[in-house]
Amino acid sequence: MFFRLLYESFRRQRRRKLLAGVAITLGVAVATAMIAVATDVGDKISRELRSYGANLLVTPQDDALDVEIGGVNLKPPSDGAYLNEADLPKIKGMFWRNNILGFAPMLPAAVRVTGEGNDVTLLGTYFSKLLSFGNERFSTGVRTTNPWWKVEGAWPEDDSRDVLLGQRLAAKLGRRPGDEIEIAGEKHRVSGLLATGGEEEDQIVAPLAVAQQILGKPGALRRIYVSALTKPEDALARRDPATMGPELYDRWYCSPYPQSIAYQLQEVIPHSHAEQIRRVAQNEGTILARITGLMLLITLAALLASALAVSAAMATAIFERRTEIGLMRALGAGGASVAALFFAEAALLALFSGTIGFAGGAWLAREIGLSIFGSQVSVAPVLLPVVLGIAMIVTFAGSAAAIFRALRFDPVYALRSTA
Amino acid sequence: MFLRMLWRTARLRRGRAASALLAMIVAAAAATAMLNLYVDVQAKLRREFRNYGANVVVVAKNGNALPPDALPTVNATLPAASLAVPFAYVVATTNAGQPIVVSGTDLDRARKLNTWWWVSAWPNAPNAALVGVRAAAAIPPGRPFDLTFQGRVVHLTAAGTLRTGAAEDSRIYISLADFEAWTGLPPSTIEIAVAGPPQEVKAAVLRLSQALPAAEVRPVRQIMEGEARVLGKTRAMLWASAALIILTASVCVLATLMGWVFDRRRDFAIMKALGASERMVQSFFAAEAAALGATGALIGFALGVAVAAWIGRANFHAPVVPRFAILPIILAGGIAVALLSALLPISLLRRVQPAMILRGE
Repeated sequence: MFFRLLYESFRRQRRRKLLAGVAITLGVAVATAMIAVATDVGDKISRELRSYGANLLVTPQDDALDVEIGGVNLKPPSDGAYLNEADLPKIKGMFWRNNILGFAPMLPAAVRVTGEGNDVTLLGTYFSKLLSFGNERFSTGVRTTNPWWKVEGAWPEDDSRDVLLGQRLAAKLGRRPGDEIEIAGEKHRVSGLLATGGEEEDQIVAPLAVAQQILGKPGALRRIYVSALTKPEDALARRDPATMGPELYDRWYCSPYPQSIAYQLQEVIPHSHAEQIRRVAQNEGTILARITGLMLLITLAALLASALAVSAAMATAIFERRTEIGLMRALGAGGASVAALFFAEAALLALFSGTIGFAGGAWLAREIGLSIFGSQVSVAPVLLPVVLGIAMIVTFAGSAAAIFRALRFDPVYALRSTA
Repeated sequence: MFLRMLWRTARLRRGRAASALLAMIVAAAAATAMLNLYVDVQAKLRREFRNYGANVVVVAKNGNALPPDALPTVNATLPAASLAVPFAYVVATTNAGQPIVVSGTDLDRARKLNTWWWVSAWPNAPNAALVGVRAAAAIPPGRPFDLTFQGRVVHLTAAGTLRTGAAEDSRIYISLADFEAWTGLPPSTIEIAVAGPPQEVKAAVLRLSQALPAAEVRPVRQIMEGEARVLGKTRAMLWASAALIILTASVCVLATLMGWVFDRRRDFAIMKALGASERMVQSFFAAEAAALGATGALIGFALGVAVAAWIGRANFHAPVVPRFAILPIILAGGIAVALLSALLPISLLRRVQPAMILRGE
């Protein structure tokens, strides 16, 4: 009998259930989308913050003191230690390799340029060089670590001898993209002009091999700039790993703090010292915390709004049917069985509309992710039972008040339809 | 008569009207909070982004020095809440003959500008120096040390160490007064953190270029482009969230209000049976709904401003400024949604005969 009543209720009163169903679907869709976006926003904003550039710097352990003002290095080139270019691909072999978005080696050299009196700094680096480590092939260079560098003309190929001229230097020498320039007695083609807003605009930027050849040091480099996805610092991050017990050390090592990634960089690159570039790394953590905090609070607000929408719709739908309830009471049904029937209806409605809402919410989350960040926002399948559970609880809560109020109604009035 | 009917309805049907009003308040509060945050978060985040330091740099052209009135000119041209810090550089030698870069600056301002500098102790005595971690290797620890520049010697004591992970680690920083007394050279660079949106920064760069024709004024593109990207994405996300929340809240109001009006169909039927014109009945219900909508919107606005302030305090540790420009939007939206939810059921009921409604069908 119970199931027949349930079945008939859905078959005959489809339109009445529609508004409640739509409200539940919308509420669940919004809740799902907001939860999915809020859980993913940390990662997405972290990636956007990488547009500030490298946050870690690797230098030789025994490096001599830098004597540099405004990008002009006054240290004699024979001074100081070098890192080995052959060690670079090993960066993709460390524990946190998936957090390393890119790296760029730097080798500065002071060169004589025909037409310019003073020495000019030539910076050797990777632009977008293809490297391989094990079975993995990847490309990395300044085009990844320094996204604000803009080139008028074309970027040089990493295995060519073309160079980029800084904008200010090019203006002084009167060169345009495609011209030739004589550096240290050799001719090179200028493939483009570089605009960075910094000291590189007074320098020449060339493929690493060119700088190595000028210095007569094949396979050498001075510094590596690394762009990595990191977790904001906390008290554990700042501790010295040597003072940690094995368990704490494991936790520290397996968290992507700037310090632990720097530590691992020192492990894979021999004779190196790695450190966070504080200007970039410190502020990242603060901004990330602010934005994720904000999104969390907004998601709570969205969940609250959805819950209220669903409760309101359910309460309205049930209150409309109080004559039905009165009728059932008049026919002898106990309060418990009437309540059970309506709760069962609410549960079925919640399950059905909730599943559609979940699918809609997943689609919504994907669209938001693609249009704002250009990447997918993934919805974990485990979210479905969680969201359905919450939908059922909210639906019950919304109906409960209305059902109990309707039950207290005198059946006589219900039968007389004077509400 | 019209107004008396409105007043009596409000008094007699308090119960159902209360839940409808509650739904309206909650929806208006949610909408206000979201819109308030959307407008304000940009200013809040920009303040956080200023922690990245200078976004404009003033450098003398061709390696000459800046004109002596450069710093006061800069300070006069900048918008409020901006910070300009002068830096002077020379290459000095230690007693061991090691060349080392020494910089003279306004240490207090440098501390405010570069919040990421990790400093063990800031110098606050004459001839006290802040030594970068790498530079510390070149000077004898614990004892006062000498630096020589063009034959002039200065005796310094190391007050603290500086760690930044960048070029500053290889330098020694002293106060501008000590620097000028020793070398006689003026500052060659001014680093500026200009507060405000990109348009303000561009305008400031223009004004500075005009005020200092002998200098080059460059925006730091690394900082400005990074800020624009992250801020843009955050705003877009906030906007999407706000739209979703406002939509859900409106559905909530719609459902509740429609149920409320539908419940009163007997009143509607009685009025028609007593001879009221359709226009009269419609305007009655519309006026009721509009009054409800307006009241709910006003109370909801106050509540929403409080919620936004709480979120601002909890997340940004700074109050969110209530934007009263949002009030007309909320009011209009509230009345619009209320009218829609009133008129929709009424237009459906219009076609039904009053007698049928009174009989309970």
